Amino acid sequence: MTKQADVVVIGGGITGTAILHELAKYNLRAVLVEQEPELAAGTTKANSAILHAGFDAPTGSMKARMNAAGNAMYHELKDELDLDIRWSGSYVAALDDEQMDVLKELLERGNANGVPGLKIVSGDEMRKEEPNVSKDIKGALWAPTAGICWPFGLALAFAENAVINGAEVIRECQVTGITVEDGAVKAVETDKGTIETKYVINAAGVHVDEISRLAGDDTFKIHPRRGEYILFDKTAQKDLVYSPIFPTPTKMGKGILVCATTHGNVFVGPNAQDMPDEEKDDTAVTIPGMDDILDKARRLVPNIPVGATITEFAGVRAVSSTGDFILGPSEKTKGLIQAAGIQSPGLTSAPAIAKYLVDGIVAETGATAKTDYKKGRPAQPCFRMMAEADQKALIAKDPRYGRVICRCETITEGEIVDAIHRPVGARTVDGVKRRTRAGMGRCQGGFCGPRVTQILSRELNIPVTEVRKEMRNSYMFYNKESGGKA
Amino acid sequence: MSVETKQLNCINCPLGCLLTVTLEDGKITKVTGNTCPRGEKYAHQELTDPQRMLTSTVRIEGGELPLLPVVSKTTLPKGKILDCAAALRSVEVKAPVHTGDVIVKDILGLGVDIVASRDMGKE
Amino acid sequence: MGEQLYDIIIVGGGPAGLSAAYSAWQNGAKKILVLERDREAGGILQQCIHNGFGLHHFKEELTGPGYAQRCYDLVKDKPEIEILVDTMVLSVNLDKTVTAVSPAHGLMKVQGKTIILTMGCRERTRGAIRIPGYRPAGVFTAGAAQRMVNMEGYLPGKKIVILGSGDIGLIMARRMTLEGCKVQAVLEICPFSNGLTRNMVQCLYDYDIPLYLSHTITAIHGKDRVNGITAAKVDDHMKPIPGTEFDIDCDTLLLSVGLIPENELSRGLGLAMHPLTNGPIVDQHRETSIPGIFAAGNVVHVHDLVDFVSEEAEIAGKYAALKAQEQLPEDVADVKVEAIDEVRTCVPQHVRATAEGETIRLFMRVRKPMKKVRLTVKSGDDTLLTKVLPVAKPSEMIAVNVPAEKAKGHHADWTVSVKEEA
Repeated sequence: MTKQADVVVIGGGITGTAILHELAKYNLRAVLVEQEPELAAGTTKANSAILHAGFDAPTGSMKARMNAAGNAMYHELKDELDLDIRWSGSYVAALDDEQMDVLKELLERGNANGVPGLKIVSGDEMRKEEPNVSKDIKGALWAPTAGICWPFGLALAFAENAVINGAEVIRECQVTGITVEDGAVKAVETDKGTIETKYVINAAGVHVDEISRLAGDDTFKIHPRRGEYILFDKTAQKDLVYSPIFPTPTKMGKGILVCATTHGNVFVGPNAQDMPDEEKDDTAVTIPGMDDILDKARRLVPNIPVGATITEFAGVRAVSSTGDFILGPSEKTKGLIQAAGIQSPGLTSAPAIAKYLVDGIVAETGATAKTDYKKGRPAQPCFRMMAEADQKALIAKDPRYGRVICRCETITEGEIVDAIHRPVGARTVDGVKRRTRAGMGRCQGGFCGPRVTQILSRELNIPVTEVRKEMRNSYMFYNKESGGKA
Repeated sequence: MSVETKQLNCINCPLGCLLTVTLEDGKITKVTGNTCPRGEKYAHQELTDPQRMLTSTVRIEGGELPLLPVVSKTTLPKGKILDCAAALRSVEVKAPVHTGDVIVKDILGLGVDIVASRDMGKE
Repeated sequence: MGEQLYDIIIVGGGPAGLSAAYSAWQNGAKKILVLERDREAGGILQQCIHNGFGLHHFKEELTGPGYAQRCYDLVKDKPEIEILVDTMVLSVNLDKTVTAVSPAHGLMKVQGKTIILTMGCRERTRGAIRIPGYRPAGVFTAGAAQRMVNMEGYLPGKKIVILGSGDIGLIMARRMTLEGCKVQAVLEICPFSNGLTRNMVQCLYDYDIPLYLSHTITAIHGKDRVNGITAAKVDDHMKPIPGTEFDIDCDTLLLSVGLIPENELSRGLGLAMHPLTNGPIVDQHRETSIPGIFAAGNVVHVHDLVDFVSEEAEIAGKYAALKAQEQLPEDVADVKVEAIDEVRTCVPQHVRATAEGETIRLFMRVRKPMKKVRLTVKSGDDTLLTKVLPVAKPSEMIAVNVPAEKAKGHHADWTVSVKEEA
């Protein structure tokens, strides 16, 4: 394959997909390459899923700028792209006077960063809204513009909109080299062929420094920091929280929080484990890590229902050597645009980062806006949330909506088939899970996993043995061995 | 005369009685620990010619499901179970099939039939 | 279909649902509806192709599908019993309307004079037991793997480690071996096996599969697909002992770490639940805390044998039928049945005593394995029943009958005790 593009985005996480969505508004041939079969397979799928208000980062930093702007943009994008966001607000809880002083600093910083509506509330005021938090909490910083979201869904929404507007997403496509001539980007080499392009936007998450080096820029390094999480069943929410509850931050970061998801589960985490640089993909969970998370979370919410645990997972964040986001044109290579060091608040910042970087390319190239740009994306049917009359109508149109495949979450075959055939559709069992929630409930796919595998096999017209869980080589099943003669 | 005792668990039913077998010069003279007569019979069988039931599946063409569960009509020599299971892996039958239908007659010449353990209609 | 009134609606067409339907029919119910979510009736038995079922109930050794066939043959072609497959119940309401959905009938609402909940149970997952490491492909619950191997025709892998020595784990050890796979080890965190003795013998010993008691998994290796695990010995508190770790090469990890009653509908209804059985609290007729709603089988408490599931479901079917016909005998006292000493759980949790008295069958599980125990059922200070059992194990249910003449008139709360004999 040899292709021509105007801009190649490397990396299909939240940053890359937000950039593709922004690029698709212009008359630019935009291509996104992702090495795994599914988008959002790295940091985007395993983080705290919080749209931060924006008081954490030092005033004037890229993080502070992009956070506040990104948060405001999501408030508009929620309806436009039908994003799975709940504007829950967030608390930072203080346990003593010293921490109360830190809250005041955060409030001032937040005001300076342009974060609206911040206020400090008493412990009792907070407990009225969140009755399960510790009696030891003296007060909290309340940030009404913070929200919780489903990050995979956000990334997918960006990608879907981009694709229906002519952008291209190539999955299972690993970048093997970047051709630079006379100090300028000429082409991206991949295991699927060459893509000739003048611009490369490097949004490769924890691997962003390696990509940068391929293009001749070694001015920064990325250090992996692992965070572990524990997720609880929906039945536990009444015992836990509705909004994110952070401890008062320390030099080590925002600390271990107790938080709800948009789907009604609750989780605790993350810890922060600095990993060796060669362990960028180490998403293993550890017993000491999980014990530590529970210990710390209990300071905020004393009765964590450990028995309601449904899974544990870990994600790796990309910490840059500068401590801030690294955004904009490379100092070394023309046409290489960096979106590097995107750790928290990267999820919140994504649309702002996208606009900032794409505005730069548009100014340089003089690209014009598409006159036929289509907002939004195809509606995604969600059987369990529908009114009965709508459910009836949907089944009458397509009986597959009458067959429940995932019993824990009430997900129908119709929804799974839709997820597979949407723009940038599901290719793997986890891809179906993240698009539909099939397999995300109490039984964690124990029942529906094999059935989803068979539906993928049928709809993608591949053998069952070719269906994968998530990653490139994560095959699920083998053929039976044949034996001797009877 | 040499007297020895052996212990073994009866597998006839979920009780799993722990049997104590007394052997005199290699001949069983006493079995204790069994709750029913099948235990004593099992001890004799197990120490002379151990037998097991075999259950597995065979492929079925045109059936409601791709596989048909099967069972040996009676027990088979324990040492032949793996061979019989391997042989069944290359067997394919056609739907419809009824419970008890013979799927493999006289498997590996051991004098035991393999039969269907359920009905399987056509797709 | 449509808004019809049934004598009994049964949620779940596994052995419990089918046995309940047959018993309800025998006891005069005229309009019985069974709703089954799978493509056919029979429930989990259809994938349990091994033998060993039915010795109590059908007085004959059957395979799982064979047992299901027997249950099904008893109810099929009976005009009073309607079975809908591929039908998922979405909710059950207090007025005993049931909302269900199927591709063939769409969204439907039906009403019963009584309801019997027979949803069975599901497997505990990896999350529930905290195994550190990656989340690669190749980690399956034993039941999910069993379905793939026995019903769909695929293997979950070729080199297998099994965590947990429950019966499904043991059965799968043999099953994978018969399919030509290598089972490297079975690991059990308890110092004793949780499976039936006969399964230890036939499934592990017969094939020289090593069983590591007091062991667990401390790491899963492999990022895309499992390529090994690390095992370690555990101490008395089930914590891994540092320094005892060793690696086992495998491409698949099967989990057989327990079953949990499937009670989402019960919770939706607000039924009173028991914290240890994880099932609804029931009386001797298997009526729950909401009148007219019955429950039986693994949804009430996880059974060891399907024969007991059928037995319990027949009780529920009979009394639901009598209730629907308004023939349920009037009760004169509500007597609590409390599990004490080494009895962990006892079902029923209470008895609605009638003036004439009736035979009460108690199903219990003990806390730990014991030899030579005394089982005693008392009402206040009166002993209703006492007997010595040679063994008692947590993996095996104990069932006893309190005869009607003993139960009659004993309205002081009951205690059910198992203690080791001195």
